[in-house]
Amino acid sequence: MHIFRFVVIAAASLLSFAAFAEESATSATQLTPDALVQHVTEDVLALLKQQNKGGKESNTQKTIDMVEAKVLPHFNFNHMTALAVGREWNKASATQKTTLAQQFHDLLVRTYANAVTSYSGQKVRYKPFKMKPEETDVLVRTEIQQPGGRPIQLDYSLEKTDNGWKVYDVVVAGVSLVTNYRASFSEEVRKGGIDGLIKSLSDKNASLKKNQEKP
Amino acid sequence: MKSVYPFCVIALLALLTGGCASQAQRAPVAADPFEGFNRAMFSVHREVDSALMRPLAKGYDTAVPLPARMSVSNFFDNFRDLGRSGNALLQGKGEAGATGLARLLVNSTLGIFGLFDVASEMGLEAGNENFAQTLTHWGAPPGPYLFVPLMGPNTPRDLAGWSVDQSIYPLWRHVDDHPALRNSLAGVNLVRQRALLLPIDHLLDEASLDPYAYLRDAYLQSRIAAPDDDAYRDEADAANADVQ
Repeated sequence: MHIFRFVVIAAASLLSFAAFAEESATSATQLTPDALVQHVTEDVLALLKQQNKGGKESNTQKTIDMVEAKVLPHFNFNHMTALAVGREWNKASATQKTTLAQQFHDLLVRTYANAVTSYSGQKVRYKPFKMKPEETDVLVRTEIQQPGGRPIQLDYSLEKTDNGWKVYDVVVAGVSLVTNYRASFSEEVRKGGIDGLIKSLSDKNASLKKNQEKP
Repeated sequence: MKSVYPFCVIALLALLTGGCASQAQRAPVAADPFEGFNRAMFSVHREVDSALMRPLAKGYDTAVPLPARMSVSNFFDNFRDLGRSGNALLQGKGEAGATGLARLLVNSTLGIFGLFDVASEMGLEAGNENFAQTLTHWGAPPGPYLFVPLMGPNTPRDLAGWSVDQSIYPLWRHVDDHPALRNSLAGVNLVRQRALLLPIDHLLDEASLDPYAYLRDAYLQSRIAAPDDDAYRDEADAANADVQ
């Protein structure tokens, strides 16, 4: 039942975005990468627990707002989008890059906010983390423990920037969620250029938004 | 698994009617030479899922309370420890092999025929060894990507591994002379696995521009990552040991 395993893996990614919680920008710049991941994860899990006590339906927009507010400061969406688009990224103009990053951001936030509503008490274990002071690119490893299921490995790639550590990739059980988009993105670019990819992404976002508004 | 045959027929029909046409418009993917066929299989899989598997899983999820569902899962999982143990030994992992056997003994007795996973609570954690991994360990190449309805993403190597694991799965041998019982058990096993995924049913469609490609690439990525799993775990264990 491989398909099941991979859908579970995809679901685990929801927690990856849940993992970056309210943390004022100033204090976050001083945190080490592993402390950042842990701090923010715990905050968001607590918030989700609170939120999911109410009805699920009414919460989607709330969750989107929360995920958006908390994910934005800690993810480098430009870098993520560049990785997802691959080679074609360099062919895009500055405006196209901005639009692409925005659309990709919207897609991820919306998807994972929807998935997060099915959160039900999983626990996160933080694996021991060591880094040298001069390192600027690190992997923080965690594990999602779910009742009655096998633990799922969930790792974050972070890079050091002037504004603190930023996540640029999320790896679930060895699968990079970002580069996993590469094949379908490059297919879109092949068919309709960078603008074709932008259009597909914005159409996708529009239809997700419409579905969400349906009762 | 006789139940798979009707799907093969449907799959062939789908291939003949539409599978080939769609491939011509796409850039070929090296790891997926039969993409047209696989996409047809993927559609078949989704049709079967929405018409049959999903409704059944929903019924199971509603009708059976959580503690009972966990026991059903533990029951099926308990038998897998034998295969995991054997494969661990074939891959040269003595400790994992012994743990698997210990789990089987503990859960089959203290755990009342595997209904309760007492072994995990004792700290004997389940491995994930299977024969496909053993084949990989022996250097077998994966072969081309194949999407198999009801099973999902596959390669010939994984299918071969799966067949061997099924053939040594003790439960099937116990009920071999009782086809009705065997088929019911296989059905329950399929439904309970499907039910685990109900909360995240729409994720694949929501997250991806092309669900087929997204699933395929996740699978292929994880297959590339898999050989490193041991190194990965060893490293993690070493780090853990440092802390203690």
